[in-house]
Amino acid sequence: MSEGKILKKDDFNFGAFLVNNALVLVAVVMVIFTALFADNFLTFNNLKNIIANTSLRAVIALGVSGCLIIRGTDLSAGRVVGITSVLSALMLQRPDAASEILYPGLAGSPIIAALAASMTLGLVFGLINGMIVALLKVPAFIATLGTQIAIYGLNMLLSQNVPIGSLNQNYADFGRSGLQLGPLVLPWLFFVAALVSLFMHVLYKRTTHGKYMYAIGGNEIAAEVSGVNTSKTKIMIFALAGALYGLAGFLLTAKTGSSAVGAGTGYELEAIAAATIGGVSTAGGIGTVPGVFLGVLVFELLKACLQFLGVPPEFTNIFQGLVIVAAVALDIRKTMRKK
Amino acid sequence: MSDYILEMIDINKSFPGVKALDNAQLKLKAGTVHALMGENGAGKSTLMKCLYGMYFADSGDIILDGENVSFKDSKEALDHGVAMIHQELQPIRMMTVGENIFLGNYPRTKLGLVDHDAMYKETEQYLEAVGLQVNPRTLLNELTVSQMQSVEIAKAISHHAKIVIMDEPTSSLTEAEVAKLFEIIEDLTDQNIAVIYISHKMKEILEISDEVTILRDGQYIGTWPANELDNNKIIHHMVGRELTSLFPPRTSMAQEEKVLEVENFTSPTALSFKGCSFDLKRGEILGVGGLVGAQRTELMEAIYGIRLHEDEGIIKKEGKQIRINRPQDAIRHGIALVTEDRRESGIFTVLSVSDNVAIASVNQYRHGPLLSLKEIDSVVEDSIDKLSIKTPTHQTPIGSLSGGNQQKVILARWLANAPDILILDEPTRGIDVGAKYEIYEIIGQLVEIGKSVIMITSEMAELLGLSDRIMVMCEGRISGFLDAKEATQEKVMDLATRFMGQGQDQQA
Repeated sequence: MSEGKILKKDDFNFGAFLVNNALVLVAVVMVIFTALFADNFLTFNNLKNIIANTSLRAVIALGVSGCLIIRGTDLSAGRVVGITSVLSALMLQRPDAASEILYPGLAGSPIIAALAASMTLGLVFGLINGMIVALLKVPAFIATLGTQIAIYGLNMLLSQNVPIGSLNQNYADFGRSGLQLGPLVLPWLFFVAALVSLFMHVLYKRTTHGKYMYAIGGNEIAAEVSGVNTSKTKIMIFALAGALYGLAGFLLTAKTGSSAVGAGTGYELEAIAAATIGGVSTAGGIGTVPGVFLGVLVFELLKACLQFLGVPPEFTNIFQGLVIVAAVALDIRKTMRKK
Repeated sequence: MSDYILEMIDINKSFPGVKALDNAQLKLKAGTVHALMGENGAGKSTLMKCLYGMYFADSGDIILDGENVSFKDSKEALDHGVAMIHQELQPIRMMTVGENIFLGNYPRTKLGLVDHDAMYKETEQYLEAVGLQVNPRTLLNELTVSQMQSVEIAKAISHHAKIVIMDEPTSSLTEAEVAKLFEIIEDLTDQNIAVIYISHKMKEILEISDEVTILRDGQYIGTWPANELDNNKIIHHMVGRELTSLFPPRTSMAQEEKVLEVENFTSPTALSFKGCSFDLKRGEILGVGGLVGAQRTELMEAIYGIRLHEDEGIIKKEGKQIRINRPQDAIRHGIALVTEDRRESGIFTVLSVSDNVAIASVNQYRHGPLLSLKEIDSVVEDSIDKLSIKTPTHQTPIGSLSGGNQQKVILARWLANAPDILILDEPTRGIDVGAKYEIYEIIGQLVEIGKSVIMITSEMAELLGLSDRIMVMCEGRISGFLDAKEATQEKVMDLATRFMGQGQDQQA
């Protein structure tokens, strides 16, 4: 009797485990499958690429995560990455570049200046998003849908629709190389992402700001009654997200060694999907930094597997779209069962 | 065949921890107006929801026109000729009068499209029946509350209703509009439609109804012809219960010093609180009584800074005038508010017990940029201990605790802030008897250490048993104060209905 009971309990837990980790499990199966059937998947070079991609996107996803935890969203992420990527490239073009220099006054700036400028520009866009959401009470979905279109327009003006290359060599090296650990190169981007993750983790778990963020996501009216300055907290969340997109834009240009107006296109949806896979709930109030990082890793592994299995890009898109819907549908299952 | 169009016999309905209906009865004759009366929580609305298919009764019979029925939803009730006009009207404001009346029931053309011409033509006929002179193509948004109500009644007629339930229909109407409504009701009864009329307003009840049924604590007290009743008799039937002594023995801790003085608080919203002045003494439990709609919650929320009040309203804390524009200000001045609706504005369902306790006092645990998790832990541990909160761990989501334990967590949240004044809005609503007793004890301990408590409650026993002094509100105004020693159920109810049915302007 008692044995049967224990078994039954285990069964139930196993089912819950499946629902809670479905996409992680899918990724594990895919990785094993791909490792068995595709050449060159299990190589150090590929591992380095996956880590670099994951690191870059983790910075964006961590920015979006705060907006999601307060039951908002940020559709402007990709376009802010795009415009700050272009800004970084413009500032770090070699003055002696063979190709055309759009803004001779900007080109040849110090690397640190480009980083600061990118993050500041991102911060400004984030502030604007935050103020529209918190003060004008426009739903985040609409507010950031609007700003992302406007930011893309600004980026077309800024970049004049010309690709920007011939960048500062140190900058490009930073984006491509890393710490040599035997046969593996651990990209510098990874260290940046690790620092950002640590910062965000402490911010979420150990500061009043973090407590306020979860409270707003958990119940905004109750947060207000409890004395939380909800508008200020929301604005800070969007502003910080913007600064992180700015950092990501700076990193993206370093990684690719060039930039253009289309940089960062669609990254917001990948970031939202990855955060959701990583356990950030669209119902608000739930989400952790390690979870978001894991979600990004799962998403990048899925993409890499499809690529190595030779799936055509059309089908990769279809698959990614389904993963996004599945992630949210599973998330809603989780909260539904709690009721 | 009986004389009755509707018989509800021995209806029982329980919610977790509460028996809402205990063998309730209602017998309704066709073509009459039947008032359903009782205190807050007496079970009037629950009984109507059982009839209207919004709740299932646990047991009992509903016999409509000689036929035993049990509606699975309100659409089925409507199809059987039972219509309900809710207290809070919920029309679709951006649709037209005609579209609202025919909602869910649109006439179609041969092609399957909505037949607008037929719809609006028929609408005109229903509007005429309720004497409402508006274009059927007007958006609901452009109508007054009274006109919206007429649209609802027109909708009931369009469904060939035999019974129309009206829940507090006059709560937001002017006197002229009430007179108009009564004309419509007379027209309905002339067409042999029966009206169930739920209201607290004695004067209206005695004027409009043929019969009155009174419920108390979910039980059927009796049915009387309206002309055999008067104010005193109704109050007597509504409150005439034995008060069991549920309350921990205590002596008043109230001191002379006034910790809070509220002067001349008036809402910018018409029909809300107006000209309210009162004070609270150190160590006092001030009970606030009144019927639903007395605007007690609204007044307290305005004091706390959630709602607006007109500029002439003044708050003094310990004799000094203070300004409260938002909850942060109130908290800074040592005022805490436990809101009425725990789920809507109290708990953070998905967050841990720990986070739920710490949220209002979080700045206390901050050293430099970081919070001391150890300090938070010890405060939470302390709260769990002192208030005997039953939770598996600090990290358990509050949503998985019982209502009583959730309420204790919210009390703990505010106690962590060490406020001087606690405003508790229905602090024991929806929690079981054991937890209620514990909350009474906590309130008693608070005033012992010099805190002051304002407690809004709709439970007469609680109001009389726990308060040092009782303030009663009626229709947005403070109708009187009673010392706990001299207070009785009848006196409270008399004050709670003092201004009922009087014109707003006559209340001087």
